[in-house]
Amino acid sequence: MINWLVQIFSLTLFNLRTIPERKGAAVAAAVGIAGVVAVLVGVLSIAEGFRAAMTATGADDIVIVLRSNADNEMTSILSREEARLVTNAPGIAWSAAGPLASAELFVIINLPKRSTGTDAHVPLRGVQQAARAVRGDITISQGRMFEPGRNEVIVGAGTARAFAGLDVGGTIRVGQSDWAVVGIFSGGGGAAESEIWTDAAVLQPAYHRGDSFQSVFVKLASPEKFKEFKDALTANPQLKVKAVRQADLLADQSSMLTTFIETFGFAIAGLMALGALFGALNTMYSAVAARTREIATLRALGFGASPIICSVLFESLVLALVGGAVGATAAYFAFNGFQAATINWQTFSQVAFAFRVSPRLLANAILWAAVIGLIGGLFPAIRAARLPVATALRET
Amino acid sequence: MSGQNGILVKVKDVEKTFRRGSEEIHVLSGLNLEVAEGEFLALMGPSGSGKTTLLNLIGGLDRPTSGSLEVSGERIDQMSGRQLAEWRARHVGFVFQFYNLLPVLTAERNVELPLLLTHLTKAQRRRHVHTALEVVGLSHRARHYPHTLSGGEQQRVGIARAIVTDPTMILADEPTGDLDRKSGDEILSLLQALNREHGKTIIMVTHDPHASARATRTVHLDKGQLSMEAPA
Repeated sequence: MINWLVQIFSLTLFNLRTIPERKGAAVAAAVGIAGVVAVLVGVLSIAEGFRAAMTATGADDIVIVLRSNADNEMTSILSREEARLVTNAPGIAWSAAGPLASAELFVIINLPKRSTGTDAHVPLRGVQQAARAVRGDITISQGRMFEPGRNEVIVGAGTARAFAGLDVGGTIRVGQSDWAVVGIFSGGGGAAESEIWTDAAVLQPAYHRGDSFQSVFVKLASPEKFKEFKDALTANPQLKVKAVRQADLLADQSSMLTTFIETFGFAIAGLMALGALFGALNTMYSAVAARTREIATLRALGFGASPIICSVLFESLVLALVGGAVGATAAYFAFNGFQAATINWQTFSQVAFAFRVSPRLLANAILWAAVIGLIGGLFPAIRAARLPVATALRET
Repeated sequence: MSGQNGILVKVKDVEKTFRRGSEEIHVLSGLNLEVAEGEFLALMGPSGSGKTTLLNLIGGLDRPTSGSLEVSGERIDQMSGRQLAEWRARHVGFVFQFYNLLPVLTAERNVELPLLLTHLTKAQRRRHVHTALEVVGLSHRARHYPHTLSGGEQQRVGIARAIVTDPTMILADEPTGDLDRKSGDEILSLLQALNREHGKTIIMVTHDPHASARATRTVHLDKGQLSMEAPA
């Protein structure tokens, strides 16, 4: 076994040292694989970033209460009395100001995008005093919090970056009235950063919502209280509501787009991988052809067929991994943190997010490169091992 | 090491047929040959007479279509590909017409290659390589790459690689075919010394009577059969 490993090691070293003699073909194969990896990482970083933006704020102890037949806040409606009953349910965390629960409403407004000047949907959320305490990670990065009862808004950092006129001190026209932008808030890169917040009590009359809300955001005393809270709502005959953990709801909302992007990304990368595979095959076939006599000499000296196969595979793998590493590095610097916005198809509103090249994504990309390298090296390796030694010894 | 009566190689009724499309080419036809241990045998004959094919069969690089091949009492025609590879590593040192050195390895690394198939330690391998290079008179060129060596020096490295494992026999295929007369003579002297002083059994394919004159026995092949034998 040790002897076998020594054979593989020696032959691989020998193969790698011959790469400079074939650097044109070797570089072409590595670049091909780098391209596949860069595209794959680039496209999937969109999905990864979108998923992260949607789920970053989804803590296990934050629960959203919706009307029982609603899939999302857009299709939900709750009366003030229902919201009050939800707020008083057991399992909710309390502060000195009362239960950590915020009855909220949610409307979509149009604002011009900074990049194109065209209008796009932005969610405007009416919240109650406890909203920031419920989320836990909302901080005012510029300006101040809106004052209850006034036409004032605070803008999520992602939305402020993507849309024009949302600087502190500016105004936006919503419905029939102007609203002052008094602050910018950040929320850990999560979904809230793609929203604009105002006082629910001001938003209700502005949009003729009377006394109704669409959801109640609740912070539980602990994640384990979820069942108790949910059962209490279900057991109450006055309520026709459902309680969903925020993490689950956001993951569900992001699944459609992320699945689409991932499918699209893998399809493109798959086609490119096919091209890169032929590149790798070509390189390794020419590598084997150029070394026919050397391989035959090694076989004549007593080197086995399987170490020859392994050494060719290793060489192909090394070329692929170098290409993969180059592609992944390029993709990281080109895409990671790139700011973008897209439609959340469940709420028809813009979600601001940053492309995210995660370690998981990089590992996946390197795995792709390795698979391309191994398949690209396999057939040339078998050819190398099957060379008729007596004839190949006389090749020039 | 040898088989019965000091016979090292026994070729019996060997036939070798190649296929080219639908045509069958009989390269060796019922050939019989015995090579004694310690012999320096020259195989001569015109092109296409089957000399190299016979050498490849004796060296376990190819298999006969029929007949038997015995080396040191072992039937090599019945071995699997893997067994043959192991057998070659233990028993055969090859010397090629075009040296067949690996261009990316220095002379000493080329010589070390067959030792990688043994269980020797690195230090032991280094000692063996040094000895082999000393035998062929190339210790001072150990760190040189093949392209910096003359043809004669490259062939010396090839011979050092062939003897480094102390094999049962050395098989040389036109070892002077790519060399000028002077270098060729030096190589032949070296092979002769290996045979006389170290008792190595050598089978050498050549078409050069000057080279065959150095052998202890010469065998002529024609159209796949032995045509005559000439003791030196």
